[in-house]
Amino acid sequence: MERETRDRRHRWLGLAALAAVVVGTVWALFVAPPDAAQGEVQRLMYVHVPTAWIGMLSFFVVFVMSILYLVQRDPRWDMIAHSGVEIGVVFTALTLALGSLWAKPTWGIWWTWDPRLTTTAIMLIIYVGYLAVRGFAQDPEKRARWSAVVGIVAFVDVPIVYLSVTWWRTLHQPPSTARSIAPEMLWPLFLNLAAFTLVYLYLMLRRYRLAEAERQLEEETAIGR
Amino acid sequence: MSAPGQGSDGDEGGVFRRAWAILWKDLLIEGRNKQSFTAMVSFAALVLFLFTFAVGPDPELLGRLAGGLLWVGIVFTGMLSLSRTYQSEEKGGGLEGLKMYPGELRSIYLGKLAANLVLLTLVEALLFPAAAVLFQIDMWPHAPQLAAVAFLGTFGFSVVGTFYAALTVHLRARELMLPLLLFPALVPVLLGAVNATTLTLTGDPMGNFDMWFRLLVAFDVIFFVVCTWIFPILLED
Repeated sequence: MERETRDRRHRWLGLAALAAVVVGTVWALFVAPPDAAQGEVQRLMYVHVPTAWIGMLSFFVVFVMSILYLVQRDPRWDMIAHSGVEIGVVFTALTLALGSLWAKPTWGIWWTWDPRLTTTAIMLIIYVGYLAVRGFAQDPEKRARWSAVVGIVAFVDVPIVYLSVTWWRTLHQPPSTARSIAPEMLWPLFLNLAAFTLVYLYLMLRRYRLAEAERQLEEETAIGR
Repeated sequence: MSAPGQGSDGDEGGVFRRAWAILWKDLLIEGRNKQSFTAMVSFAALVLFLFTFAVGPDPELLGRLAGGLLWVGIVFTGMLSLSRTYQSEEKGGGLEGLKMYPGELRSIYLGKLAANLVLLTLVEALLFPAAAVLFQIDMWPHAPQLAAVAFLGTFGFSVVGTFYAALTVHLRARELMLPLLLFPALVPVLLGAVNATTLTLTGDPMGNFDMWFRLLVAFDVIFFVVCTWIFPILLED
C-alpha cells in the first residue's frame, strides 16, 4: 500500500518532467532564434548542455553517497550511488553522442581532442569501470564497499584528468573561449536544464525502487539457498 | 590516527617497521626466484621492439616518440608487477595471515607499494639505457632530470596500482578489471610523465617542463593521501 502511494507520487513527478521537457523542446525548436553563425544545428545545445549537466550532477551525487555509505554502512546509500552511476553513464554517453552530431556539421569532424571532450570520454570509461566492479562482485556487502571506494577515487580523479588534458591540448592550440549567450537563447536553456533535472529525479526514484526490489530478491534467494 | 576498520596500537613508527618487513619479504622472495623480474625486463624490451615495428625504424621519429613509447612500456610492464602483488599471497592464505598481525592494515599497503616501486625502478634502470641505445638518444646529460621524472611517474603508477590491485584481486575477471579501473585513472600521470620525459629529451623552448613536473607531484601527493587513507576499507572481511 505504501509502495502504491509512492508509485503514484512518482508517476506525477514523471508527468511533470514530461510536460517540462515538451515545453522546453517546443521552445528550443520553434520559439528560440536560430544561431547567427551556426544556424539550426545550434539548437542541439538545448539538449546537449542539460545532458552534460545531469551527467556531472549524477556523479557528484555518487561521490557524496559513496562517502555516506562508507561512514554509515547503510545499503540505501549504496543503492542510490548505483542508480546514480547508471543514469550518469547514460547521460554522459548521450552528451558525447549529441556533441558528435553537432561537431560534424559545425567543425566538419566527428571528434576532436578538445579537453572537455577527451575528459568526458575518460570519465565515461571510469564510471563504466564502476559498473563492471559491481558486475564482477558477488557478495552484496563487499560489492557496496568496493564500488563506494571506486566512486570516491573516480570523483577525485576527474578534475585532475581535466587539468592535465587541458594543459596537454593548450600546448598545441588556443583554448576555445566561452561565448556569451543571448537572453532569447538563455531562457529556453534554463528551462531545459530544469526539465532535465526533473527527468533525472524521476529516473533516480524509479531506479532506486528497482534497486530495492533487486536487493529484496537477492536476500530472498540467499535465504532460500 | 586510528584507521577505519582496524584498531591500531597508535604506534606510528610501527607502521613503517611493518611496511619495511613486508617490503623485505617480497624482495627476498623475488630475489630468490627472480621470476617476475626476468619476465618484466623481457616484456618491457619486447614492448619497445613492438612499438618500433609499429611506427617504423626512422631514428628521428623514434626520438620524438621515445617519451611516449617508454611510458607505455613502463605502464604495461607495471601491470605484471601489480597483478603479482597480492596474487603471490593467495597460496596458503598469505594475505589473511598479514591481516591477522596486530597494527594498522595500512602497513600492508605501504609495504606492497614500496615493493612495486623498487621492482619497477629496477626494470626502468635497464629500460632507459636500452631505449637510449635502440632509439639513438643521448640520455646521459639529462640523467638526473630523467631519474626524477621516472621516480614521480612510477610512484604515481604504483600508488593507484597497488590500491586498485587490492580491490580487483577478489573480483572475478580481475585480469580485465585491473587495467579497466587503473588506466583511465592514470591519465594525468601518463600525460605528465610522457610530456616531462619528451621535453627533457628533445628540449624545452617554452619552459613547460615545470608544469608537468608539478602535475606529477600533485597527483602523487593527492592519491598517496587518498589511497593510504581508504586502503583499510578494502581489506575488511
